[in-house]
Amino acid sequence: MTEIIVVTSGKGGVGKTTTSASLACGLAKAGKKTAVIDFDVGLRNLDLIMGCERRVVYDFVNVVLGEASIKQALIKDKRFENLYVLAASQTRDKDALNKEGVEKVLKDIAAEGFDFIVCDSPAGIEKGAFLAMYFADRAVVVVNPEVSSVRDSDRILGLLASKTRKAENGERVQEHLLLTRYSPDRVEKGDMLSIADVEDILGLKVIGVIPESPEVLQSSNAGVPVILDDVSHAGQAYTDAVSRILGDNVPLRFTTVEKKGFFSKIFGS
Amino acid sequence: MGIFDFLSTRNKNTASVAKDRLRILIQQERSMRGAPDYLPLLQRELLEVIRKYVNVDVDAVKVDLIKDGDNEVLDISVALPEKAAAANG
Repeated sequence: MTEIIVVTSGKGGVGKTTTSASLACGLAKAGKKTAVIDFDVGLRNLDLIMGCERRVVYDFVNVVLGEASIKQALIKDKRFENLYVLAASQTRDKDALNKEGVEKVLKDIAAEGFDFIVCDSPAGIEKGAFLAMYFADRAVVVVNPEVSSVRDSDRILGLLASKTRKAENGERVQEHLLLTRYSPDRVEKGDMLSIADVEDILGLKVIGVIPESPEVLQSSNAGVPVILDDVSHAGQAYTDAVSRILGDNVPLRFTTVEKKGFFSKIFGS
Repeated sequence: MGIFDFLSTRNKNTASVAKDRLRILIQQERSMRGAPDYLPLLQRELLEVIRKYVNVDVDAVKVDLIKDGDNEVLDISVALPEKAAAANG
């Protein structure tokens, strides 16, 4: 049984692609055969974050149009043998994708014995975002502790509950909230919405909290998803989130202000 | 804590302001969710018609879709102004 997880948010720039790449790597690392698909036709970026941008030959639209098989288009990750990337088309316009085409590609991938398909949604609530979520079993809604992101997330939660195949069949897409770019010290100062605030407003518990950390940008620069940086707090927090998605009960980390010792107070850290 | 911390007090707790604003907004948006797309236009056109006869405020007309079991009720309410204010209508 292949499980389809959409990573979505409504608002752009909150960390959907970073999250998709890290979740996919984390699931593969946990032994699950995983494919991660870029749904952002025209604005391909997942390949860059995954570090496989120079190996894209065929893309999503090629498979939809029958110009390539799914086997030809899936790019095998160099780090995990059970991890594959399907790139978005860079040249075609977004009307190239439709519900039937997407369903065919997802079925083709499922037929290859995958455990998980991670769908990296484009920003917005247009066709691409709609297609990314339509066939999902679960949704990871990426949200920043910031007003516009929280509002857009609520909108997306509404769409997940009405415009998906599950919803049309009277079922529910399992929703997870992933809070990213979280700064415990700013929360303590009263400058930033807290975990409890966001959970309270959206009526949903978080499945993970990723702290704001410089390693996220460094990982993007290098094309190595941040979850593979197991020293960084963001990487460890993503690993925890993957464990929770797989059903493990792991406590939240890096969500409170680290108390500085005497020396680091004086000399900085 | 420094002795000049009081200078930055005007920025204190913008997070709680954010939370309050979001709570109200999201509650309002959720109540509109699933409502037909024509509601905002209907509301605007109703307002224009009513304004031909009575000088009402922009927010005087409220159009809500209320779900009552299996029935949906279109609830339209118009707040009329005090007599004096409407005299030129």
